[in-house]
Amino acid sequence: MAAIKLYIPDDTTAVAMGADDVCQAISNVAKQKDIEIEVVRNGSRGLFYLEPLVEVATSQGRVAYGPVTVDDIESLFAADFIHAGKHPLAHGLTEEIPFLKNQQRLTFARVGITEPLSLSDYQQHDGFKGLQKALTHCSQELVDIVKESGLRGRGGAAFPAGIKWQTVLDARGSEKYIVCNADEGDSGTFSDRMIMEADPYVLIEGMVIAGLAVGAEQGYIYLRSEYPKAAEKLTAAITLAEQAGFLGNNIGGSNNSFTLELRIGAGAYICGEETALLESLEGKRGMVRAKPPLPAIEGLFGQPTIVNNVITLATIPIILAKGGQYYQDFGMGRSRGTLPMQLAGNIKQGGLVELAFGCTLEQLVFEFGQGTYSAKPAKAIQVGGPLGAYLPKQQWQTPLDYESFTAISAVLGHGGVVVFDETADMAAQARFAMEFCKVESCGKCTPCRIGSTRGIEVIDKITNGQDSDANLQLLADLCDTMVVGSLCAMGGMTPFPVQSIMQYFGEELLPKDSLAKEVL
Amino acid sequence: MTEFNQQAKQHVADIIEQKRQLPGALLPVLHDIQNTLGFIPPQAIALIASALNQTEAEIHGVISFYHHFKTRPVGAHVIEVCRAEACQAMGSRELEQHVKNTLNLDYHQNTKDQQFSLEPVYCLGNCACAPSIRVADKVYGRMNAEKFAQLLDKLTTYVVELN
Repeated sequence: MAAIKLYIPDDTTAVAMGADDVCQAISNVAKQKDIEIEVVRNGSRGLFYLEPLVEVATSQGRVAYGPVTVDDIESLFAADFIHAGKHPLAHGLTEEIPFLKNQQRLTFARVGITEPLSLSDYQQHDGFKGLQKALTHCSQELVDIVKESGLRGRGGAAFPAGIKWQTVLDARGSEKYIVCNADEGDSGTFSDRMIMEADPYVLIEGMVIAGLAVGAEQGYIYLRSEYPKAAEKLTAAITLAEQAGFLGNNIGGSNNSFTLELRIGAGAYICGEETALLESLEGKRGMVRAKPPLPAIEGLFGQPTIVNNVITLATIPIILAKGGQYYQDFGMGRSRGTLPMQLAGNIKQGGLVELAFGCTLEQLVFEFGQGTYSAKPAKAIQVGGPLGAYLPKQQWQTPLDYESFTAISAVLGHGGVVVFDETADMAAQARFAMEFCKVESCGKCTPCRIGSTRGIEVIDKITNGQDSDANLQLLADLCDTMVVGSLCAMGGMTPFPVQSIMQYFGEELLPKDSLAKEVL
Repeated sequence: MTEFNQQAKQHVADIIEQKRQLPGALLPVLHDIQNTLGFIPPQAIALIASALNQTEAEIHGVISFYHHFKTRPVGAHVIEVCRAEACQAMGSRELEQHVKNTLNLDYHQNTKDQQFSLEPVYCLGNCACAPSIRVADKVYGRMNAEKFAQLLDKLTTYVVELN
């Protein structure tokens, strides 16, 4: 009898919840019981509320059990889970779990399904089809397909990828570069991490195609140091892809070359800003550059450079494989395709939800996420990372679309959704926004460097009830100054969470006892 | 490891030799030194500067810019507590205080026995199972006082009986 195939994710969150121990324990018991099993360490399906999620391969498909702890192993074997037996932790077919079934997974099509480093698995699941197609097109045709898809930068800025690529294609330089921004520093986000840990070849494929499209032969992935598992997977994947001829010279048997190198950041949030990232890659302090010149014209080492986020580049292969029109048929308004949203913070069912643009925040948090983890009413939802607004209930009907969010002074950013319940201290959150800016500012622009410190002081005065009206006005002015007087989004958007708290949770900034006094 | 002995010097020289030809070699060099020695000894700065044809001030400037680089020895176990929003939404402020009290440390400090260092971190990408802490290359999710005590027990070299 063939060995029974089990899937236990080797993903940071799965492991953080005990997947390694569960894997070891299952293997031990199987050995004792003389049951032949084969364990595949896949990526996570993104149903993090069920991690560690153990899947058993059956003729009907994979059957899910989770969240499994070491203490459950005995009862799982007793329930004959390896033959899909009934158990309180059983969820039936993984693909039928509503959280997963109701998604539209394009970029994440393989995530959690394949073995991350297996090239044959990758190819059996449509891997390198985009690259094959790309090799039959000239550069301009490739750029045109990306333009047609309507893909916009998924790092947060949402700049049309095709236009950036066109600029690099048209720019002259002795060398051109493809730089992948894998400095995923926004709290509440993990989609880049998941791609790199679960499906690293899709990123490599996307970067090779980008190289073909603009005539670049060197690529860099700038990965944050907080992601050691992603570093391990990417390092191995780059080597294996080189050996198989998907990187290096004569890619896929063509005359094209592309070399890829992984570089590790060093704990600076600002290096997620593209020009600071380039400075860091060049071996310097991660200080933001003034634009122009655009990196597309004078980027890494002064040469034309594409800087794209992981998700942007990882979406390129499916666009090439299925066509620009296929991708652009998803979405709403000027937001085309899908956005991998990440449900985080105080959420009952946290994880990765890839959907076409257009679903509302409320659907996402309450249908997929099932509300708060604490079971207390949700109070605020911060969308788009530490520079995103805290949205009160009346704004949860906003559709997930770049323009709709801009219209309410909010951002979708990189798709992070952090839920807070009624116990959240919004004054503390406002203070933290300024504190984070103080810690992470590169120091180039005065409003960001000094304004963040002044912001903490002013918020402290307000919460201490010291001349609150005047200080609230001062805080409003300070926010305006930071927004208009900073070169990049760090200083320019740090006020967004603060302003949203002033607008929607303003009474929480004042001390509780003084509130009564001021009303009198 | 606090002294910059001959062996440490040799490590630094080897690393520089290995990486100096890379475009933008400085961060890879600094990472390798820290990964090998645990921190970047101040004496390494002159060696790096001379090899990369930069000033010592420039090298120092880069080291001091990045939170990840340490210029003095850290404890055997570096405990990083996530301070970012998703963890805050799940009670990381209380966890942070608990960790500080338990270890009797503030951020950027080492215990006297050099067993533990405490560092803040802003997001570990484990935001759906917050709050999170990281020790070495491992992240721990849904952290709380009880789990933290178990983790400390595991990390300390002596065996502690659990009931």
